[in-house]
Amino acid sequence: MEMLVDVFLLGLLVATAVAISSTKDLFASIMLTGLYSLISAAFFVLMDAVDVAFTEAAVGAGISTLLMLSCMKLTGQYEPKPHRHRRLLGLVVVSVTGVLLLFGTLDTPNFGDDHSPIQDHLAPHYLTKSMEEIGIPNVVTSVLASYRGFDTFGETVVILTAGIGVLALLGFSPKRQSDDLDSLVAPMHHQKILRVVSKLLIPPILLFALYVQFHGDFGPGGGFQAGVIFAAAIILYAMIFGVHVARQVFRDGAIRLLAALGVLIYGSVGLLSFLSGKNFLDYSVLSDTPQHGQHWGIMLVEMGVGITVAAVMLIIFFTFSARVDKRERDGDENQRQ
Amino acid sequence: MSGLTGLIDLLSWLALVAGSFCALSGGVGLLRFPDFFSRMHAAGVMDTLGAGLILFGLMLQSDHWLVLVKLLLILKLIWLTSPTSSHALAKAAIRGGARPLLGDDMPGRGKR
Repeated sequence: MEMLVDVFLLGLLVATAVAISSTKDLFASIMLTGLYSLISAAFFVLMDAVDVAFTEAAVGAGISTLLMLSCMKLTGQYEPKPHRHRRLLGLVVVSVTGVLLLFGTLDTPNFGDDHSPIQDHLAPHYLTKSMEEIGIPNVVTSVLASYRGFDTFGETVVILTAGIGVLALLGFSPKRQSDDLDSLVAPMHHQKILRVVSKLLIPPILLFALYVQFHGDFGPGGGFQAGVIFAAAIILYAMIFGVHVARQVFRDGAIRLLAALGVLIYGSVGLLSFLSGKNFLDYSVLSDTPQHGQHWGIMLVEMGVGITVAAVMLIIFFTFSARVDKRERDGDENQRQ
Repeated sequence: MSGLTGLIDLLSWLALVAGSFCALSGGVGLLRFPDFFSRMHAAGVMDTLGAGLILFGLMLQSDHWLVLVKLLLILKLIWLTSPTSSHALAKAAIRGGARPLLGDDMPGRGKR
């Protein structure tokens, strides 16, 4: 029975992927990408990977759809028709990659094989010793934040790098927004119902983000998901009540500082354990007993992750929307001339 | 006691089946209805009544009050967000120039 559901969901994934590649309407393909993430999330739930599913739903179906939509505002809605020889080249590249990937799957262990190398190397240690060494019920969090803390540090730095990259490419718009803030009407001014409902929903969303942040030790959740949900609430506010209003609270300098601060918190925890004579990111030195130290360490690094993720998402969204704003204003001026 | 649990079980199954039926018919309607607005109506049925009945059925199955509260919160969220998104969608469609099909321009067979 579960096999049937697996096959059905994977079939839906393939159908969505084909639809994405065949449509020329970028709006439709962004929406389909969100759908693809949602189906993958459902598939991950079936495989008992609730944390991954949560991340996929929050990041893939939620915020990246939003960011791609705001990016589409800059690029236009329709894909240009490619040249014929480029199409052929694309087909060749895709076919070769596909064949190589299929060839690669011959070497991988069977689906759900409990004797595959990944299952009997480190995983048993994590699963059996985690409660004793780390002392938190959610093994995923203890693997992510403690055993493999260095990897997660790398991921956090990658997210910061993404934010810096967007800023470096698009962030140098002249500071003209501040002059005529009041002349910009909120884009959704006429949407009364949306305004009322989002006013009702934004506080619970923020609260939920904090719950996800601090409940990660016990259930699915953690800094990545919490940061994304927090940023989503702010972005919802910005879309309904106007980006300039949200930017008055979350000022550019402040969110840039916060993005760096998250990574700094994470790295400092590592350095602290380094300076106390243990390995980098070995949290057992942070408190009297090693287990208690692990709790502190995990809480601190998850906080760092959450702050960086939320701030970078806001940076990307605000930078895109400032660009759209600028383009529209430039367009207006050109028309006047 | 067992009679009561049996009754609750029966009720829960009824709600689950009815909710699944709503979801299924909503899906069929989404594919078969002639214009944007009636299709949106089908999606709305699926979102509110279908999801509501399924969640109600699951609430009857819950063995801990915490599960019950979480399901209630999900239900509340769906009841807030789904009509709102339907409303925003309809408004956007009207602004984008879509008009509902009225009796006179209804074709004999629904066209996609």
